[in-house]
Amino acid sequence: MSDTATNHHGAGEDHLDHPPHGSFKGYMIGFILSVILTAIPFALVMTGTLDKSVTVPLILLMALVQIVVHMVYFLHMNMSVEDGWSMLALIFTVVFVIITLAGSMWVLYNMNANMMPMDMPVAPATQAATAIGG
Amino acid sequence: MMATQSHSHGSDTMNTQAYFDGDRPLFHLPKEPHHPDGHSTMLGFWIYLMSDCLLFAGLFATFAVLEHSYAGGPGPKELFELPLVALNTAMLLFSSITYGFAMLVMERGKKNATLIWLGITGLFGLAFLSIEMQEFAGLIAEGATPQSSAFLSAFFTLVGTHGLHVTLGTIWLVTLMVQVAQKGLIPANRRRLMCLSMFWHFLDIVWIGVFTFVYLMGVAQ
Repeated sequence: MSDTATNHHGAGEDHLDHPPHGSFKGYMIGFILSVILTAIPFALVMTGTLDKSVTVPLILLMALVQIVVHMVYFLHMNMSVEDGWSMLALIFTVVFVIITLAGSMWVLYNMNANMMPMDMPVAPATQAATAIGG
Repeated sequence: MMATQSHSHGSDTMNTQAYFDGDRPLFHLPKEPHHPDGHSTMLGFWIYLMSDCLLFAGLFATFAVLEHSYAGGPGPKELFELPLVALNTAMLLFSSITYGFAMLVMERGKKNATLIWLGITGLFGLAFLSIEMQEFAGLIAEGATPQSSAFLSAFFTLVGTHGLHVTLGTIWLVTLMVQVAQKGLIPANRRRLMCLSMFWHFLDIVWIGVFTFVYLMGVAQ
């Protein structure tokens, strides 16, 4: 028991002494990739060279790639940070975010889009029913 | 009698050694293994960032639902100035790389260089905030206030929450600069700088979502 405790202690200290830090090269690679992945979508939208149906998936894809680039080169994420617990928390969050976004867009967007407009004239029958109900 | 019972119960169920305080069984280790100061801070802070991610997911989802509810008011094409957004994106990206440089010189124990890079990072952060404030002020002057449509409410809430994070990050940055200047690059300060580093890069990641989802897709549609 005391052996494992000592080992754990040692591992903890070791981890603090060598935190996952990038190198100058790593930061520069991340920076250059980010500049490219930012410049292209802005250029595509500002010039409007491509059709909307091509531009939108393309800029979404580039945003996704840039997020991964930032995660790897700036946040130094990999499977071994904190014995994999950071990655586990990240995977849980990504799943949660996908459910939130996809669920909202699917259910709530349609509900909002199919709502009766505020300025739609109310039919006389409905008006009467409301009057009786009220 | 009671004591012997609990004694035998303890040794029956646990194959490992049972601990006792006199006759009283202990249901915890008598001595917790010593953990070095702050050894779990990074994981804890990462989990905070993930929960912040959920907050932004909620705001992004709200924006996605309401982004076409203009209420007869102006839409993204009339309102957004992409050159300004591109400049803002550049400010935040520059601040990310300069924070990275601050961490690299911190690793080599160079206090003054760390302070200089942190200062540059803070200036980029302030530049980002002033451009955003100017944009917001321009929108409100045009009459595109948060009250004018659901789209603008969702826009100001999402982008404003991100701006608020950057504001707090900048205040935190100045606080840490004072601490580093006074106490030097002691382990506690290094740990704090590493937490802020994660926070700062995280905000840049959220901004990728903002400029793509809100500004570029809004104008492209």
